[in-house]
Amino acid sequence: MSSEYLIEVEDLKQYFPIKTGFFKTTPLKAVDGVSFQIRPGETLGLVGESGCGKTTVGRSILRLYEPTAGTVKFRGDKITDKNIGEHRKNMQMVFQDPYSSLNPRMTVEDIIGEPLDVHKLYADKKERRDKILGLMELVGLNAEHATRYAHEFSGGQRQRIGIARALAVNPQFIVCDEAVSALDVSIQAQVINMFEDLQEKLGVAYLFIAHDLLVVRHISNRIAVMYLGKVVEIGDADEVYDHPVHPYTESLLSAVPIPDPVIARNSKRIVLSGDVPSPMNMPTGCAFRTRCRYATDKCAEVCPSLEEKGNGHFAACHNR
Amino acid sequence: MSEEYILQVKDLHTSFFTDSGEVKAVNGVTFNLAPGKILGIVGESGSGKSVTAYSIMQILASTGRIISGEVLYKGQDITRFDKKQMKGFRGKCCSIIFQDPMTSLNPVFTIGNQLMEAILLHTDKDKKQAKERAVEMLELVGVNEPQKRIRQYPHELSGGMRQRVMIAMALACEPDILIADEPTTALDVTIQAQILELMQELQKKLGMAIIMVTHDLGVIADMCDEIIVMYGGRVCERGTAEDIFYRPAHEYTKGLLRSIPKADGRKERLVPIAGTPINLLNMPKGCAFCARCDEAMKICLTDVPPQVQMPDGHYASCWLAYKRLAEAEKKGAQA
Repeated sequence: MSSEYLIEVEDLKQYFPIKTGFFKTTPLKAVDGVSFQIRPGETLGLVGESGCGKTTVGRSILRLYEPTAGTVKFRGDKITDKNIGEHRKNMQMVFQDPYSSLNPRMTVEDIIGEPLDVHKLYADKKERRDKILGLMELVGLNAEHATRYAHEFSGGQRQRIGIARALAVNPQFIVCDEAVSALDVSIQAQVINMFEDLQEKLGVAYLFIAHDLLVVRHISNRIAVMYLGKVVEIGDADEVYDHPVHPYTESLLSAVPIPDPVIARNSKRIVLSGDVPSPMNMPTGCAFRTRCRYATDKCAEVCPSLEEKGNGHFAACHNR
Repeated sequence: MSEEYILQVKDLHTSFFTDSGEVKAVNGVTFNLAPGKILGIVGESGSGKSVTAYSIMQILASTGRIISGEVLYKGQDITRFDKKQMKGFRGKCCSIIFQDPMTSLNPVFTIGNQLMEAILLHTDKDKKQAKERAVEMLELVGVNEPQKRIRQYPHELSGGMRQRVMIAMALACEPDILIADEPTTALDVTIQAQILELMQELQKKLGMAIIMVTHDLGVIADMCDEIIVMYGGRVCERGTAEDIFYRPAHEYTKGLLRSIPKADGRKERLVPIAGTPINLLNMPKGCAFCARCDEAMKICLTDVPPQVQMPDGHYASCWLAYKRLAEAEKKGAQA
């Protein structure tokens, strides 16, 4: 039985044990009860500041970590340790740093060919080579470059190699973890366009994790905002950007530097005071209340849950 | 004339001599900075923006050298300064803050110790007065509980706090110029907003000039009096924020603006700049950008473009702008 959704994440929790004493460990709640769904061919943008758990969500979905609790379903099929090997054919990942995510001792051909080898997706050597060259063409790499090593390429080209590797198994879902963050603007635009083209051509869905909010808005259909391990707001990209409900989203969006002098001068930044609290020592109730201008006594007692605020737009806040 | 500008950079050339050859990082950069103004230098990696800043401070890596050109501070050419004079210049006349507040503070000394070092070096304050000044500076940059903080080590502070401490250190001796090299790139957006707000506030309060080096067009859009766009170690375009964002004349600036998502959320397809950034080991003879430029002409391959003044008063170094301007003038003369 297949469901409407490609990916369903339900109450995902990822705790890491941190040694806080000789015999004592305290759980660091990197992801604390996150739920969302992604439809086939859709892009969900995941934004938040460093340490909010957005990368951990991506990695837990692919079982690069063993989740503490919660389920992830692919087309209605619950992902477990047993079937994850099979499901990695459907779900892939592109990493942030194109310098450290490619093995410097392997040629491009072997890097892109490795997932084909693992999943035995070819009958003979010729088919393997054809597939690799096809993938290289798909991401705009020159076929002559197949025998080169990763260090011979620029950052943008390396990111293309990483994307070709992810596409090798013909996945339906790719986690893009800050996939364009390390690139210069002119190259970033090339790679963003390529992600869009590939989606159109192959119908692949993305979980697009990034901290650059303008880029995320550009590429995403829907957006989820995270703060200290929880999703505080989720909805259609334009809806979230134009009518943010959660006070954190509001200030996060107002803090984005706008590349347009007139708009920038006329917009008011809502500057948050203080820093993000340590995830080892979270505030009671709503995690954002220590920096929130609307905080009341209730926020300290009860942690708000996601509620619909209209138009399929959910936010977790008592006061809005 | 030197009164008008606090800093003048004239035809600056800086190269690094590496095993694979001479890397020409800065190739003839010229700009002026008036007292109390904010100048933005924007460019991609390898455009020479940081090296320009480091050349002014003379803190280049050991392989780097200023080949030619002048850097005039209040009319004095500081490229001719000896080590002792430079020591007096850095910190007192001109300070720099770096991208990464994690690595630019010394982990084995307390915050107070590092703050006091600069004050003791440049002023005749004694230790007690220097400590008072350090606390005062921390208060100024919005660090809470400064009395407690000066006894703490850098690792005990968050990234945003560390950048505040860096700013306090840089401004402790009231320099005329503050160079900020990607001051917020390593920080989260909400913290970035705090730091940018703080810098603007301090600029108003203390009146120093700021050189803001960044790759983020958004950061410079609302705070700079003048903006320089750099590519391949050269200045492509120089003008106000409005000139650069609304009337760009250089093809590279236009390309940059087309390749970032629109601020108002229109989902137009991005138009990236084709090709890859130039190799500084192998600089082309003509315009540095011509290999990636859609409008490149024959002359772009062979000759370095001259700086032309556009009708609105801003400057661009582009043969196409030069040609169009010459044609317009011809038409004007005929009419």
